[in-house]
Amino acid sequence: MGKLNIITKGILKENPIFVLLLGMCPTLGTTTSAINGMGMGLATMFVLIMSNIVISLISSLIPSKVRIPSYIVVIASFVTILQLVMQAYLPGLYDTLGLFIPLIVVNCIVLGRAEAFASKNSIVDSALDGIGIGVGFTLGLTVLGAVRELLGSGALFGFKFIQGDGMLVFILAPGAFIALGYLLVLFNKYKAKL
Amino acid sequence: MAKESTLKNMLLTLSIVTLAASTFLGMVYAVTKGPIEEAMIQKTNSAIMQVVPEFTNDPSSDKLLVDLSGKSYWVYPAKNGDNLVGLAVESSSSGFGGRISLMVGFSSDGTIYDISVLSHTETPGLGDKIESSKSNFSVQFKGTNPDEFKILVKKDGGDVDAITASTITSRAYCDAVRIAYEVFKQYLNDNK
Repeated sequence: MGKLNIITKGILKENPIFVLLLGMCPTLGTTTSAINGMGMGLATMFVLIMSNIVISLISSLIPSKVRIPSYIVVIASFVTILQLVMQAYLPGLYDTLGLFIPLIVVNCIVLGRAEAFASKNSIVDSALDGIGIGVGFTLGLTVLGAVRELLGSGALFGFKFIQGDGMLVFILAPGAFIALGYLLVLFNKYKAKL
Repeated sequence: MAKESTLKNMLLTLSIVTLAASTFLGMVYAVTKGPIEEAMIQKTNSAIMQVVPEFTNDPSSDKLLVDLSGKSYWVYPAKNGDNLVGLAVESSSSGFGGRISLMVGFSSDGTIYDISVLSHTETPGLGDKIESSKSNFSVQFKGTNPDEFKILVKKDGGDVDAITASTITSRAYCDAVRIAYEVFKQYLNDNK
């Protein structure tokens, strides 16, 4: 498999949101605006890349029966580091995302990549896979966030286009499912033509 | 690929992994501890700055606890020279999605100077309108005296216009403001 291929498959062929449908909790929870979605995506990308690298490094040393707890410890450590660093140097972003950062630990996409890819591949390939899946996840969250923000509050990346409220339902939980459903249809229709 | 799992190597691996992780985390914690505290203080300071009239002292170093019906609240006196020009009170109450904590600023005569939301977990798009950047809800409190302006939503017989579709949030916000006012009065009593 080519190096470039590893990155692009995470964005299109194996997009975590639109194809694998993994990590739905942060997907639906954080995407009330495009900025929030993007922040969450980038945070997850950081954890994905770091945990993929470390896990691919140590996987040959870990007995298979305790591999899941070991992976979780590695992932949780990176999430905590991210949380502390964000709290210290980006308090503004931490205020909006803080609640969801610990949830990255249980994001199945991170453990999924560790188990399915990083534990069987080289360090470089695993890092690239982390980048690819991370970019795919970030793009997915940003698009979903943008759609919800546009419909729900008539704004995009914080710039308001209309006075007053939009269709509030898109900001609330049901709107997340509705928007995600339609985006899935569009994505798969477009993907089938490729 | 993966090694065979024996009790010994499983125990050993897990111990090493957790030990390494906790050592590393301890290091990161030590490095970020200072900046995190600074960020918190800065946040409190900017909230105080926003909610009380101009002052010359350092309210966060003059802060003290005021007891009110069994609970303690932090108050930050703002002084110009020796004159008390305002008082910022940190109060909180239970909202729709969790605790709402406010920094309520009073002028020395008891009118509300301004209110700033320190933290909340209300529904984005609905309850988060308590933030002054999101709607004008908090503006109606400015310059009012809780003795005349009844801090209760209109549904409950007060003078406050609730946020549409967020009555519980509005109620909690009013509760926190009322508590802050009680604390303010208690503070004046204690410091006569």
